Amino acid sequence: MIDKRFASLADAVADCPDLRDGATLLIGGFGDAGVPERLIDAIRDLGLRDLTVVSNNAGSGDYGLATLLEAGCVGKMVCSFPRSAGSIVFEDLYAAGKIDLEIVPQGTLAERIRAGGAGIPAFYTPTGYGTPLGAGKETREFDGRHYVMERAIRADIALIHASAGDRWGNLTYAKTARNFNPIMAMAASTTLAEVRQLVDMVDPEAVVTPGIFVKRIVEVGP
Amino acid sequence: MKPLSAPDIARRAARDIVNGAYVNLGIGMPMLVADYIPPGREFVLHSENGLLGMGPAPAAEAADPDLINAGKQPVTILPGGAYFHHADSFAMIRGGHIDISILGAYQVAANGDIANWALPGPKPPAVGGAMDLVAGAKQVWAMLSAHVAKDGAHKLVRRCTLPLTGLACVHRIYSDLAVIDVTPEGFLVTDMVEGLSEARLQAATGAPLRFAPGCRRLRAEAA
Repeated sequence: MIDKRFASLADAVADCPDLRDGATLLIGGFGDAGVPERLIDAIRDLGLRDLTVVSNNAGSGDYGLATLLEAGCVGKMVCSFPRSAGSIVFEDLYAAGKIDLEIVPQGTLAERIRAGGAGIPAFYTPTGYGTPLGAGKETREFDGRHYVMERAIRADIALIHASAGDRWGNLTYAKTARNFNPIMAMAASTTLAEVRQLVDMVDPEAVVTPGIFVKRIVEVGP
Repeated sequence: MKPLSAPDIARRAARDIVNGAYVNLGIGMPMLVADYIPPGREFVLHSENGLLGMGPAPAAEAADPDLINAGKQPVTILPGGAYFHHADSFAMIRGGHIDISILGAYQVAANGDIANWALPGPKPPAVGGAMDLVAGAKQVWAMLSAHVAKDGAHKLVRRCTLPLTGLACVHRIYSDLAVIDVTPEGFLVTDMVEGLSEARLQAATGAPLRFAPGCRRLRAEAA
């Protein structure tokens, strides 16, 4: 019987393949919606170092991604918008030169991750052409328009927050808490999902992330 | 001469959005456009974090942390709306399915270049979806709460000096003094505030202006 469920967060991150110092992590969420906060806390408690984190924002306040940053686990952030109301922890680390930052346009970030999950190594986009974020990248003209080549992102680990899931790893999401989660689930060697509720079986017509993309699932409550 | 207020500018821009348009409103002043949809018209508002059919902010007690806009503020969803993931959301943008993107700007050049994401200083840079929106939307409108910066510097210029967001992509500018089309020949004023002379508007603009025949007059309305 396939059963990807883990009894606790600590169990879910224990002896987890691909989770190690220097790993690249995709972390879902946009603002505070759809952030896998409980998995982030569990990973912070492992005391890993020199992680590269790919996430749209760089945390705010003293919860979620900000705690992983504050604990000194992260060497580099890849994101589109690190400044938020309350992104104090990141801004302090950045000002002190203690963290590297790669800024990526939000749609390019999404497509790099989607491409990574879909086995596409690179693609051309008009986004960023002629701007500082396109500088130094290979360009090409198609049908009279200029494009920048962008590389796919693949990660060791993805941390996902979903509203419901089942033992096969099928997931559904809540409203705009979906955001980056479904594409990140596809683009990592090992994807861990925290779900508000484990159910016997997600309606196949309602599945957003098919279980093939998910290795471990843990219920965390509302 | 009384410059337009932010709600006046938003109301003026909303008048130009046709029924049935799919529209992305940038964080800040462009969001006000949603409050001035003319009677009888229906726009579908797109929020790049995965929402079509964005409705007004809920009462505080009805706010749902799962339902936010690109500015991370609580919103609602209207009948006919949909949720989707980020790659689909930006496929809508990059794929040319969004009719109008309305954004704020630090500078817009006479050739349609726009700079709206990075200012000099120690803060970390942040771009969000701006570069995708200006590259992908069918129409890009820049909205300026003030035609001239607080320090007197021009925002409408011959060439942007700040880091660019996109090249030759802005179609129209709505400011507190005027509505200006960006044409192959440069800035073309279609509307200007009543009581403002062409000479004064030109002095407030860092690139040559042409004035459309029958240039309309704008009147400040909103309190």
